[in-house]
Amino acid sequence: MTMPTIYASPEQFMRDRSEYARKGISRGRSVVVTTFSGGVLFVAENHSPTLHKVSEIYDRIGFAAVGRYNEFENLRTAGIRLADVRGFSYDRRDVTGRWLANAYAQTVGSIFSEHQKPFEVELCVAEVSAAGAPGWAGTASAGVTTGADQLYRISYDGSIVDERRFVVMGGTTEPVIAALTESFTPGWDAATALTAAVNALGTAGEGAPRTLQPTQLEVAVLDRTLQGRTFRRIQGTALAALLSAESSEPSAPAAADAATAEGAAAAKDQLASPVDGVGPDGAGAS
Amino acid sequence: MTALSQADHWPVSAIPAAYLRPGTGSFTEFLATAEPHLLPGSRPIADAAPFAVPHGTTIIALTCADGVVMAGDRRATMGNIIAQRDIEKVFIADSHSAIGIAGTAGVAVEMVRLFRLELEHYEKIEGVRLSLDGKANRLATMIRGNLGAAMQGLAVIPLFAGLEEGTASEPAGPGRIFSYDIAGGLYEEHDYFAVGSGSLFARSALKKRYAVGADLSTAVKLSIEALYDAADDDSATGGPDVTRRIFPVVITVTAAGATRVPADDIAAVSEAVLAGRLLHPGG
Repeated sequence: MTMPTIYASPEQFMRDRSEYARKGISRGRSVVVTTFSGGVLFVAENHSPTLHKVSEIYDRIGFAAVGRYNEFENLRTAGIRLADVRGFSYDRRDVTGRWLANAYAQTVGSIFSEHQKPFEVELCVAEVSAAGAPGWAGTASAGVTTGADQLYRISYDGSIVDERRFVVMGGTTEPVIAALTESFTPGWDAATALTAAVNALGTAGEGAPRTLQPTQLEVAVLDRTLQGRTFRRIQGTALAALLSAESSEPSAPAAADAATAEGAAAAKDQLASPVDGVGPDGAGAS
Repeated sequence: MTALSQADHWPVSAIPAAYLRPGTGSFTEFLATAEPHLLPGSRPIADAAPFAVPHGTTIIALTCADGVVMAGDRRATMGNIIAQRDIEKVFIADSHSAIGIAGTAGVAVEMVRLFRLELEHYEKIEGVRLSLDGKANRLATMIRGNLGAAMQGLAVIPLFAGLEEGTASEPAGPGRIFSYDIAGGLYEEHDYFAVGSGSLFARSALKKRYAVGADLSTAVKLSIEALYDAADDDSATGGPDVTRRIFPVVITVTAAGATRVPADDIAAVSEAVLAGRLLHPGG
């Protein structure tokens, strides 16, 4: 059986694909990625404790995604493979966020223009700079920004944007972006940033404004102070503690350290990196 | 994924199609399909007599109340020549395990890199770590892959030790030690074990001194004593080098994780052992 040939202009063809991908992405829940004094913070509204939207890629590189799970999981795995192969054949320092973001952009872009169906995904590749690295300007208490962290946002069509402050992806982004634009302060601490991000996520969705519970959140950081692998999940009691820490000491730099207190024991050795942020005593277990 | 196979349309800097294919969490298995040239086992080996390459020597491991201790001397030899005085042959494998390697240094170091990456890769892809037995089996597979090279004289004999990490509901397991042969045979050892040229002497020393349930610092001291005994009778094992301040590498694995004992602490223990030997050379 032959299909009748229907002419569609290239503009119409691309518009249809874009609309299809955009619709898919906006059906989900939002993810916020932002920089803070201690590194990069990932906050996702995710009701599943096991199907992650946020993941570790390499020593200083994290990954967040929204949209179709099977598609971004495929890209996440590919990113980890790509980074590990590069780190194995060259050196761990030769794996950079910019390189990975480019590879993702090329891949998603090709799939958008050549596949039967575009990927319904939006990605964020974040790379945290080391404390004291060139361009890193100090802590919140010094009243300056954390300039050297890199946040790349890659859209379904392969377009790539280098964000300075935060990335909001998936679901209904407008109210979340509006809330974060209002609250964002360069070099804020972990507790303040987390509370602002959670409040911003609560401005979207049914019955907004909502108050999101720790069980509805997936939170992780790239901790600037750590050597080697910097990715840590914050969950369970540690997450609840950090969420409630904000109002008491909003400007204390020490509050930022609460995020990584459980990781601190493991930080003694750069390889000891708890997969799920569960400390040796199991304190972080959800 | 038909478009993925259309290589002519695929941009050069994009992720290669093989990387996007679903697969296992194993890094070596992935390399075998996508980048086989990076795998040690796939290289052709010259059909010639073993040539002079550096060899690493004695590695020991012993269990204690808190977990397990692994230690290695710092010497690499090439025939009668000391190839390197400060080589490191004991490594942290992941958060709760350690690996030490005796044998051809070049092959061994590459194998350790690959093994550590294998564990990290699995953890990142799967979101959980391998079980301790899983890690030990994985290493056995890698040794088996080196059998061809081993028959040519490029043998690698690892020693693997660690403990099953605790979860919220279960406490961490006891320290365990695994040894291997060049064919990839995997054997669980009890209490203590040693591999490498000085292993016989180290094992004999441990046989006399080992005590079940000793604390961590005692076990660390015991490991230095055993290495001293190995160096005493085996020319390929390096003793504590007080003139250059080169002392053994010691890694402890406890419920809190794997850590390398700081160089200053090891120097202090080594000097104490040396001081004891000045009085009683036999220990």
